[in-house]
Amino acid sequence: MDNLIPVLVAVPLLGAALLLCGGRRLDRVGHLLGTLLAFASFGVGLALFFSMLGRATDQRPIHDHLFTWIPVNGFQAEVGFQLDQLSMTFVLLITGVGSLIHLYSIGYMAHDEKRRRFFGYLNLFLAAMLLLVLADNYLLLYVGWEGVGLASYLLIGFWQHKPSAATAAKKAFLVNRVGDVGLSIAVMLMFTTFGTFAFTPVFAHASQATQATLTGIGLMLLLAACGKSAQVPLQSWLGDAMEGPTPVSALIHAATMVTAGVYLITRSSAIFNLAPTAQLATVVVGAVTLLFGAIIGCAKDDIKKALAGSTMSQIGYMVLAAGLGPIGYVFAIMHLVTHGFFKAGLFLGAGSVMHGMNDEVDMRKYGGLRKYMPLTFVTFGLGYLAIIGFPGLSGFFSKDKIIEAAFAHGGTEGWILGTCAMVGAAVTAFYMTRVMLMTFFGERRWVDDAEGNQPHPHESPAVMGIPMVILAFGSVLAGGLFSINSSFVNWLSPVTGYEEGHSPLSTTEVTTGTMVVLVLGVGVAWLMYGRRPVPAVPPLGSLLTRAARRDLLQDDFNHVVLVSGGSHLTRFLVYLEGRGLDGLVNGIAALVGGTSGRVRRVQNGYVRSYALSMFGGALVLVATTLLMRAVA
Amino acid sequence: MNPVNYLYLAALLFTIGAVGVLVRRNAIVLFMCVELMLNACNLALVTFSRLHGNLDGQIIAFFTMVVAAAEVVVGLAIIVSVFRTRHSASVDDTNLMKL
Amino acid sequence: MTSTGEAVQFWVLAVVAVGGALGMVLCRKAVHSALCLAGTMIALAICYMAEGAVFLGIVQIVVYTGAIMMLFLFVVMLVGVSSADSVKEVLKGQRVAAVVGGLGFGVLLCAGIANANLHSFQGVGAANQAAGGNVPGLAALIFTRYVWAFEVTGALLITAAVGAMVLTHREATEVKQSQRELAEQRVRLGTQVTPLPAPGVYARHNAVDAPGLLPDGTPAEISVNPTLRQRGQMRHLGSDLLRRMGELEQSTAGWLGRKAPKPRSGAELARVESEETEQREVESK
Repeated sequence: MDNLIPVLVAVPLLGAALLLCGGRRLDRVGHLLGTLLAFASFGVGLALFFSMLGRATDQRPIHDHLFTWIPVNGFQAEVGFQLDQLSMTFVLLITGVGSLIHLYSIGYMAHDEKRRRFFGYLNLFLAAMLLLVLADNYLLLYVGWEGVGLASYLLIGFWQHKPSAATAAKKAFLVNRVGDVGLSIAVMLMFTTFGTFAFTPVFAHASQATQATLTGIGLMLLLAACGKSAQVPLQSWLGDAMEGPTPVSALIHAATMVTAGVYLITRSSAIFNLAPTAQLATVVVGAVTLLFGAIIGCAKDDIKKALAGSTMSQIGYMVLAAGLGPIGYVFAIMHLVTHGFFKAGLFLGAGSVMHGMNDEVDMRKYGGLRKYMPLTFVTFGLGYLAIIGFPGLSGFFSKDKIIEAAFAHGGTEGWILGTCAMVGAAVTAFYMTRVMLMTFFGERRWVDDAEGNQPHPHESPAVMGIPMVILAFGSVLAGGLFSINSSFVNWLSPVTGYEEGHSPLSTTEVTTGTMVVLVLGVGVAWLMYGRRPVPAVPPLGSLLTRAARRDLLQDDFNHVVLVSGGSHLTRFLVYLEGRGLDGLVNGIAALVGGTSGRVRRVQNGYVRSYALSMFGGALVLVATTLLMRAVA
Repeated sequence: MNPVNYLYLAALLFTIGAVGVLVRRNAIVLFMCVELMLNACNLALVTFSRLHGNLDGQIIAFFTMVVAAAEVVVGLAIIVSVFRTRHSASVDDTNLMKL
Repeated sequence: MTSTGEAVQFWVLAVVAVGGALGMVLCRKAVHSALCLAGTMIALAICYMAEGAVFLGIVQIVVYTGAIMMLFLFVVMLVGVSSADSVKEVLKGQRVAAVVGGLGFGVLLCAGIANANLHSFQGVGAANQAAGGNVPGLAALIFTRYVWAFEVTGALLITAAVGAMVLTHREATEVKQSQRELAEQRVRLGTQVTPLPAPGVYARHNAVDAPGLLPDGTPAEISVNPTLRQRGQMRHLGSDLLRRMGELEQSTAGWLGRKAPKPRSGAELARVESEETEQREVESK
């Protein structure tokens, strides 16, 4: 039973290999094969899950060493899998949501001629993501980390005939590279400090390392997490990543891959717990990003980009929670799972809407769609209620816990973080209500497109509807299930550790507070978008709105600071190189050349001139001889 | 008179020959200057022979004459063939030996 | 110390030798240089004899002055007797550098001689007498101690002779044309069927370098030997020549009993002179 772990990874990897190398003969069945293998992987995951449940808590983590990858004296790179409660959670989330999205994609990509390749990439992604969460050492984790990056790149640029998609893919890849550098430095630091990559010895010896080393490793891991999870300052790629097909946005850029950063921080809890500076940096990043993403989400008219801002914001919550230490890890992962459900559901709903609206993404051209797409409306609505934290739905449990933990951090910091989280919750309620109202309520605003085709909003086929329904169930129930008897805390705490937070505010006070800000956010949104018709052309808006529409100037910042700064630096270096190094080299060459040019004139071809030189030489010889004799 | 004066004479003739080589452009005159230098050497050798009281210096002078004869034969042949091709006996016209 | 006679002889010969050497360097014409050099060599030959090297003195006169210098003169003749160095120096600073370097070199040599330990002075008489004379003495050395060098110099001489032949020999690349063929060719080409005209006859010293005159009074260049023309030794029929021809006609009129033609007018001479200067200018360009 336990040696099934490699199968988890192998099954989707086989699918990717078959679909990507199989050629056209698999075009007809490729999507079915890919989906089947994803479900098979999920089945294996479930089997392992039940096997794990059947064991005592301290027996639950299992370890499967496969082979030694690089056997060098003093450098042992192992390939081994470690399946504990944390990995298990991710395995189920990845394979479960992944399978549903495979299923959904059958309908969504039905008319795409590159569908086989799409499913190949999806399977590749599943394999890489599973490798990432199952690895028992950082080097193998790095392989999975790069694998998901590759899959993300391939899928964002899946419609690479669109320049915007190709650019977005490149942007995501490049920004992720910055984070990957952080991870590789962290891994190298670990190796130099501990002499190994494996989780167990590294965490066991973490306390023996110096504070500076631990802080360095922690900050580098945080950089990696920022890159992969689209946290400030490496957040700019996520909005553009929405150029990919919507199922990809749902699976990779909402539910699973972007949460890899949270996994990394939680997995490295032993290091972060010992590095308060890195933890502080983590909570700051989380708090900043949760507001940053939320503000962007408020201003976007593109439904997917609004959801992308939301994703950024929600991952900000998770990173914030993970940065809080043992009081937050469990809730970070819990929010990650519930977010996986409702955000995937929301994206699938958005995809369904787009599917019915001729791939229109501008919410100002929607309106009143609830009548045309009842199923999408209901599932999207449940996801909406879950994300804003409507009492009883999953977001309510997970997000409130994070807000509570933020207050429990203690001191002024706790108050600041808690307030940020609270404000974030209000803004979340606002922008999600805005999305909801603009899409499903109000009057119809859609118009003929350029070719004169009027969209005919219609419900999506069942193959797309079923995953949405299942995810909606997850969105509704997951939080409650996890919270009954603190079952999720009990499940995960052996791995991540758990401490009861001592919040200055009681649970009731926090819940009341979140309810108030929830109502506030929804109310304001209803006042702005529900009561008044939504203008088809976006109003100019305030300075903040305009900045938020430009993703809070993140690209402008990157352009001015990194691109222009980089090119100026490069130009300066080129100048320095040209004038300095080359100048030196060229100067020497010119000196030699000039001297030879002058000396060359001595070689004038006149034999008498040469005779004169000889004569001069003889003169010197005689003079020297006489001089030497005189001296001697 | 000290026989060393012969050596001074030889030095003077040698120097005149050397300067002549450098100054004159006619290849034949150039050659004559070289001959003058050789003769100056011969005078020095003969004088050394006298100074040291043995005949070896004279032998060397004799060999010098033989070699000079050989040199003149070849040199003049070269001058004649150069004159044939370039219609000039000036060493300045044979200035292809340059960059 | 030498005898007073030798001292007198030395000073005379030294003056002659140095004068000859300077003359050789300074004369513009190669022939003059060769003659100056011959004088120097004879002076040196006498010096050799005075120093007891009788054999070398004779060889110097016979081989050097007699053979080698004559070879020089032959070559000078081949290349052109009157070809002289132009006064203008092409190489900048060559003359000054040569003179300065020569002075320095001479001073150094003299300093070297003055510093050398040359006070003991043995004379070669004893050595000569021991072998029974200068020639037997040299022969004894050449054929015993220096026999190897002697053989090698013999080989060198042979090589030099062969080399000279190789250098000056020109391979005939085509069959030499017979007189008949040449005549046929002349007729075929038709440019100059008759024999070439003879050079001018109104000459003072060497008639072959003066071109003959065509009936209209212009010079016929083909009448001068091509070699002379190539060397640029053809005498231009200038005003000078015309004047001399006029003088010649005047002077011969008496004893030949002929009526002398009217001397050419000054205007006519001036015209020829201006033509002459024009021609020179063209040539100099």
